[in-house]
Amino acid sequence: MLIPCPWCGDREDIEFKYGGSADVAYPRDADAVDDATWARFVFFRPNPKGQMTERWVHTAGCRRWFTLVRDTVTHQITTA
Amino acid sequence: MAEPHPHPDHLWRNPEPRRSYEVVIVGAGGHGLATAYYLAKNHGITDVAVLERGWLAGGNMARNTTVIRSNYLWDESAAIYEHSLKLWEHLAEELEYDILFSQRGVLSLVHSQGDRREGMRRVNANRLSGIDAEWLTPAEVKAFCPIVNISPDVRYPVIGGTLQRRGGIAKHDYVAWAFARKADEMGVDLIQNCEVSGFDLDGGRVRGVHTNRGLIAANKVALCAAGHSTVLADMVGLDLPIQSHPLQALVSELLEPVLNCVVMSNAVHVYVSQAHKGELVMGAGMDPYNSYAQRGSPHVIEDQLAAACELFPIFSRAHVLRTWAGIVDVAPDASPILGLTPIENLFINCGWGTGGFKATPGAGWVYAHTIAHGEPHPLSEPYALERFTTGALIDEHGAAGVTH
Ligand SMILES: Cc1cc2nc3c(=O)[nH]c(=O)nc-3n(C[C@H](O)[C@H](O)[C@H](O)COP(=O)(O)OP(=O)(O)OC[C@H]3O[C@@H](n4cnc5c(N)ncnc54)[C@H](O)[C@@H]3O)c2cc1C
Ligand SMILES: [Zn+2]
Repeated sequence: MLIPCPWCGDREDIEFKYGGSADVAYPRDADAVDDATWARFVFFRPNPKGQMTERWVHTAGCRRWFTLVRDTVTHQITTA
Repeated sequence: MAEPHPHPDHLWRNPEPRRSYEVVIVGAGGHGLATAYYLAKNHGITDVAVLERGWLAGGNMARNTTVIRSNYLWDESAAIYEHSLKLWEHLAEELEYDILFSQRGVLSLVHSQGDRREGMRRVNANRLSGIDAEWLTPAEVKAFCPIVNISPDVRYPVIGGTLQRRGGIAKHDYVAWAFARKADEMGVDLIQNCEVSGFDLDGGRVRGVHTNRGLIAANKVALCAAGHSTVLADMVGLDLPIQSHPLQALVSELLEPVLNCVVMSNAVHVYVSQAHKGELVMGAGMDPYNSYAQRGSPHVIEDQLAAACELFPIFSRAHVLRTWAGIVDVAPDASPILGLTPIENLFINCGWGTGGFKATPGAGWVYAHTIAHGEPHPLSEPYALERFTTGALIDEHGAAGVTH
């Protein structure tokens, strides 16, 4: 699988680390949220069959994080 | 081992789905089939359909590397996996089918001080749970499995190992077919090419499923969809802490018998056994990204072959015949989720991830009980979905190790 790093271009996936789902927001009022909300933040992530917005980091290259959209069935990548 | 039974000439009917059932099971992998069998056998519930979107046992059940063991760390895990291993020990007789269950021993190699502490701790924990476990020195490793390279001049020398002698392998297809045949015999309908596309809900309770073959009503619906669990759960707005990943495996061409046991190494990331026909069956870690593609990245294969050739120099001339992947359903604590859901009469069994083949009879047994009684079996109580809120996780990353 070739991953398009926004800075280095297409590189093999072995150069990257996967960061999982993008857009996981830290609970706003952290002191006030209940256990169920914490559980959601810590353990629950989208797992779509199809388009997935996700984070990657180019560990063996420029070491920068970025977001892309990848189809989890075809592995085809479109930009975020 | 059981006396070999001749291969049966009839396995199951291919009935048209009826309009309603007492229990509908979604997914005819090992777990769905075992659940149907034990519903009929242990609870007398035979008004059951198992719906399968593809062909029977063509998912992870067809793709796994069949390692069976029960040497997990925590009491909850020891209890459920050992229950399963005890069922394996009599399964061929019970199902009247030679499933080629072979207790040839599962040897886990240790290459670092961290591994050593973890391995010894697990041996002690297993013994306290009444599970057979031994610590081996490098010389004992060599005596048990003569082709392992224990030379100190390798990148990751073997400094010891743990052994579960009662662990081993079985023939995955035969296991599925054996459960299917017996379930069918007791009246369970096994329905292939029947994909569940939605649920019929009445307020907070489920009354049936929508499929490509029409609406099928059910008093109870039990999910057994492994890698597709969240796809189904999303249809009813049920959130699961599950991520789907590719897990790859490979086989070599057929060889003379060279490997007498299962060997795994968490540190160098490979595990291997030799199947009855003669091929070396190898696996490694899962691919890191989410995927439903049933294929993974070639570097995962390359790494595991490099590790295998260092541990077993004798393998260096063997050829890879085939590689493939399944879609594994992984939970944050590397333990399964089995029990009730917030939706009445909807049950969930998933999260077995890289290691659910060994649990096939055990999971089927406790899941059938859970469905029949509408409350968890004592062995599956700790595996409820609520544990992610209460924080009572069952962290088996150490024992789940590479995979399997
Ligand atoms: C490469 C690999 C190696 C492995 N090695 C081991 C090992 O050595 N030891 C071990 O213990 N475990 C191992 N595992 C894990 C083990 O295979 C799984 O945990 C186990 O098979 C999961 O249960 P199952 O058999 O019911 O799953 P599956 O066989 O995947 O069954 C799920 C079924 O649900 C069906 N389904 C999905 N969605 C729908 C729908 N909407 N409608 C109808 N049907 C649907 C699927 O088609 C599938 O047949 C391995 C897995 C892989 C991929
Ligand atoms: Zn880069």
